[in-house]
Amino acid sequence: MEHIELFFKSIFIDNMIFATFLGMCSYLAVSKRVATAVGLGAAVIFVLAVTVPLNWLLNEYILKDGALVWLGPEYASYDLSFLTFILFIATIATMVQLVEIVVEKFSPGLYNALGIFLPLIAVNCAILGGSLFMQAREIPTLGLALNYGISSGIGWFLAILAIAAIREKIRYSNVPAPLRGLGITFIITGLMAIGFMSFGGMLTGGDEGAEASEIGAPVMGVETEQLQNESNNTDKTISVLDNQTLTKE
Amino acid sequence: MALLSRKERNLVLDPLTDDNPITVQVLGICSALAITAELKASVVMAVSVIAVLAVGNVVISLLRNVIPNKIRIIVQLVVIAALVILVDLILKAFAFELSKQLSVFIGLIITNCIIMGRFEAFALGNNPWHSFLDGIGNAGGYGLILIIVGFFRELLGFGTLFGYKVLGDPIEKTGLYALGYENNGFMVLSPMALIVIGIIIWVQRIKNKELIED
Repeated sequence: MEHIELFFKSIFIDNMIFATFLGMCSYLAVSKRVATAVGLGAAVIFVLAVTVPLNWLLNEYILKDGALVWLGPEYASYDLSFLTFILFIATIATMVQLVEIVVEKFSPGLYNALGIFLPLIAVNCAILGGSLFMQAREIPTLGLALNYGISSGIGWFLAILAIAAIREKIRYSNVPAPLRGLGITFIITGLMAIGFMSFGGMLTGGDEGAEASEIGAPVMGVETEQLQNESNNTDKTISVLDNQTLTKE
Repeated sequence: MALLSRKERNLVLDPLTDDNPITVQVLGICSALAITAELKASVVMAVSVIAVLAVGNVVISLLRNVIPNKIRIIVQLVVIAALVILVDLILKAFAFELSKQLSVFIGLIITNCIIMGRFEAFALGNNPWHSFLDGIGNAGGYGLILIIVGFFRELLGFGTLFGYKVLGDPIEKTGLYALGYENNGFMVLSPMALIVIGIIIWVQRIKNKELIED
């Protein structure tokens, strides 16, 4: 059950592009044609599925506070979490290189399809972001980490596929000249993000309190908190208004 | 500005407007958008990126004749990661609340395309002083957009700037709120960051026709 929940949550609610803006650079640069967008999207799913579980293992057995205890009880007080960034990015860069070599050897067809995109991916924020969010959200098991890698990759894939299709069509529309290209892409992405926000109540059946406590974990914590403040404010204003109307009556 | 020659001045000033990393070069959008709901976070992020890019550019420029061409990406990543760890630890030490709020986005400076992009395009082929200026200019242009977006989102979304209630108090009904003004809670949500940047691009391209794409 928690697998299914995490799967849909990562694709729709915490979509990498629309909720956290990860991998925006390549999203904007490579979304001019559907065919190339599919290639890059597939490469992202692939690399996320490899690096997130790998970095989960690194985090669990090397980086976390007290993670080195398997070496012996005297290592229990070590906390190497400040090395997170350098270790994660090194893993990603190496894995991308490795994956490239292996794919080239065993599946030339796939290599030709992904070929030019693989090196690009080493510096794609979506990949490092996937690992960092995995750490920040404290995903408990290796299986869930694998699930998280694949499903957030699928979310990214969906997003780039959608925008590429829209951009192919929008070439025939009469967009105001200064907005053409980059500007309109930003605005369309914004509108799509608004659309994706409607998935927010999907897992909780629209129960906002439960949703805030569940999704409001580290990532969107800031915004959810602000939203809660905001809604408290509106509640207050509403009650103030009620009082006013009451007194008038 | 007698200290700087014309070329050096252009290195700093161009990226602020006509060659802006975000709106023209399309670099570094990833980490730019998610943290702009409040002005304070935007300013901290801008300062962090300026520090990382300026120092990183100098380091790479000093090493440019020693780095073997084939492994330069890895070398660059190590330099950036080391600098970002420093920034992260400094923030944790002196501004813990803020560093919690920025969460993973400080770490994502590593994969911020501006930094790799400037290393590749500039620092590898220029002397340290010019690289330093280029770093300041480009990170400054990035910071400028961040601060503009943060300004509008916080002002319209919360009615505050740096946490000060500049438009009056929404609960006490003072200032603008007495006239029936309401905060637009939508500005705080993530989609509006994209739309605000879209509008900035629009305005910039109306002013400078050369940037218009076909």
